[in-house]
Amino acid sequence: MAYLTINNLHKRFDDHVVVHDFNMSIEQGEFVTFLGPSGCGKTTVLRMIAGFETPTSGHIRVGGEDITHQSPQKRGIGMVFQSYALFPNMNVTQNIGFGLKMRKCDGAEIARKVAEVIKLVELSGKENHYPHELSGGQRQRVALARALVVEPRILLLDEPLSALDARIRKNLREQIRDIQRRLGLTTIFVTHDQEEALTMSDRIFVMNQGRVEQEGRAEMVYTEPATEFVARFMGNYNLLGAAETQRLLGLNINGHMAIRPESIHVLDAHSQQADTLAGTIRQHQLLGNIIRYQIESAGVTLQVDRLNRTASDLMPAGTEVRLQISRDDMREVR
Amino acid sequence: MPTSPDSVTHCPPEAGQARKRLAPSALNWLGVVPFFLFALLFLILPTATLMIGAFQDANGHFTLGNIAKLFDDSILSAYWISFEVSAASALGGSLIGLLLALAAIQGGLPAWIRPTLMTFSGVASNFAGIPLSFAFLSTLGRMGLVTVLLRNYADFDLYSTGFSILSFIGLTLTYLYFQIPLMVLIVTPAIDGLRAEWREACESLGGSSVAYWWHIALPILWPSILGSTLLLFANAFGAVATAYALTGSSLNIVPILLYAQIRGDVLHDQNLGYALALGMIVVTGLSNAGYIWLRSRAERGRE
Repeated sequence: MAYLTINNLHKRFDDHVVVHDFNMSIEQGEFVTFLGPSGCGKTTVLRMIAGFETPTSGHIRVGGEDITHQSPQKRGIGMVFQSYALFPNMNVTQNIGFGLKMRKCDGAEIARKVAEVIKLVELSGKENHYPHELSGGQRQRVALARALVVEPRILLLDEPLSALDARIRKNLREQIRDIQRRLGLTTIFVTHDQEEALTMSDRIFVMNQGRVEQEGRAEMVYTEPATEFVARFMGNYNLLGAAETQRLLGLNINGHMAIRPESIHVLDAHSQQADTLAGTIRQHQLLGNIIRYQIESAGVTLQVDRLNRTASDLMPAGTEVRLQISRDDMREVR
Repeated sequence: MPTSPDSVTHCPPEAGQARKRLAPSALNWLGVVPFFLFALLFLILPTATLMIGAFQDANGHFTLGNIAKLFDDSILSAYWISFEVSAASALGGSLIGLLLALAAIQGGLPAWIRPTLMTFSGVASNFAGIPLSFAFLSTLGRMGLVTVLLRNYADFDLYSTGFSILSFIGLTLTYLYFQIPLMVLIVTPAIDGLRAEWREACESLGGSSVAYWWHIALPILWPSILGSTLLLFANAFGAVATAYALTGSSLNIVPILLYAQIRGDVLHDQNLGYALALGMIVVTGLSNAGYIWLRSRAERGRE
């Protein structure tokens, strides 16, 4: 039986439906991500799980217990906020120990647990610092420690890395994932960053306009997008309309054809391989380890990514090439 | 030192550029000249005059006699009454103003309440002096509208309780009229600074609403509340027109004593008046310094 289940969750603000018929179930210890653009309803769902918003209808159950209308204090669900939400009048130790104090733990127990979690998030030496004396990454680790120390049933992370710079973000996401695995903590992570979702999650729920567009394991959501929206949101997919697909590939489809840029093979113009298309490089962009080409074929411009292995790999604009696209790498989407 | 022809040739354009660079800056300064002129003529020069005058006798000779007179029983008593009125109106004003602002901002009241309260506070905090005194005399005076209505329709004689608009209570009540809205205006930005996530974080960690206010919101607001109370204290301590218009000489507070020393026929001693004013400056200056220090502390904590 799933640990957290959400059934037919709706949320309406006046006439505006923010979450529409949201359903999900999570196993204990799973790391799940709600991925979607701003305003898609992912944070609202998270806030309903935390108890900060009341659903218009639907049910939320944890371990079989219906918590839909329970107060946030009684849910035992930890939350890490995008803006850290550290109490500015308390130092690191006091911030982390606050939840234990509210649970009436004795001083010695608070001190022991706080020390343990400070070590876990690698903040030793910062115990007496106030939030304004810490960097963004350190603040977010305090917020994480504060949520972890009370041993929540579920940990909610609301875009916790979006206010941090790229290097710290990368380190912290690895640290969060590592801690989550070690503690076996059921975790829901909210982000609009595909890379973050793909690198951290067991499962991803891609959300759009208050609905789940697609749900599945990270690698599946990336390689097998179910809808045009997911294909567009998950990467730089080439999305061909029905007419373009017919012209380029000779296939008749109703929706769109999604082709990942890295799945298109660029061959020499004189290649004798079968089932290839003639193309001309129109532009290239150097993205570090990737070279991104815009290649025109049968009047359709395709984006193609190639590994940048040597300087000679770079093909200038105007170069004639042949393109090979495997049928397995093409995905028809709604 | 010989000057090369080149340097001579280059000098005029450079000087011209310097003039061009200075011109806009000078114009910018021109904009604040009226302020500095006003401050010089109506704040700095009068303050300097009274500070010097406080240490001079009637013949212009140096003396500490005026300062020594500040410790006479009658003057100390005037300072004490002034302190009591100011403290009472500051504490009352800050408490009521804080509760009012909290209710309007965080109380879940209809949206129109807040702008209405702010507009009213902006006007009421500047309503003082003779008009305010007249308003209170005509409502809570012995023959005031409210007094008469209470007597005629509620069978309640306000003045039989010992209340008098010309007393300590009356003056404190009158001061509260501008102290409460002033507190609303000062403390509103601090309350706005309380982030919703702090309450939510507290709740998710098992804290109740009482715990939120006791452990988080009040400690965060505390420097702002204390600082605002000091500002209200200074505001009341320096108020003269309202007190004079309302109570005349029936209440012995420092501004009225000061007024009597400078303008009075019987008690006229201008230099003692300067010393009294210096004492007021010290008290209000300390209050304002406390306010500024506490405000900067509150802001630093929120970074």
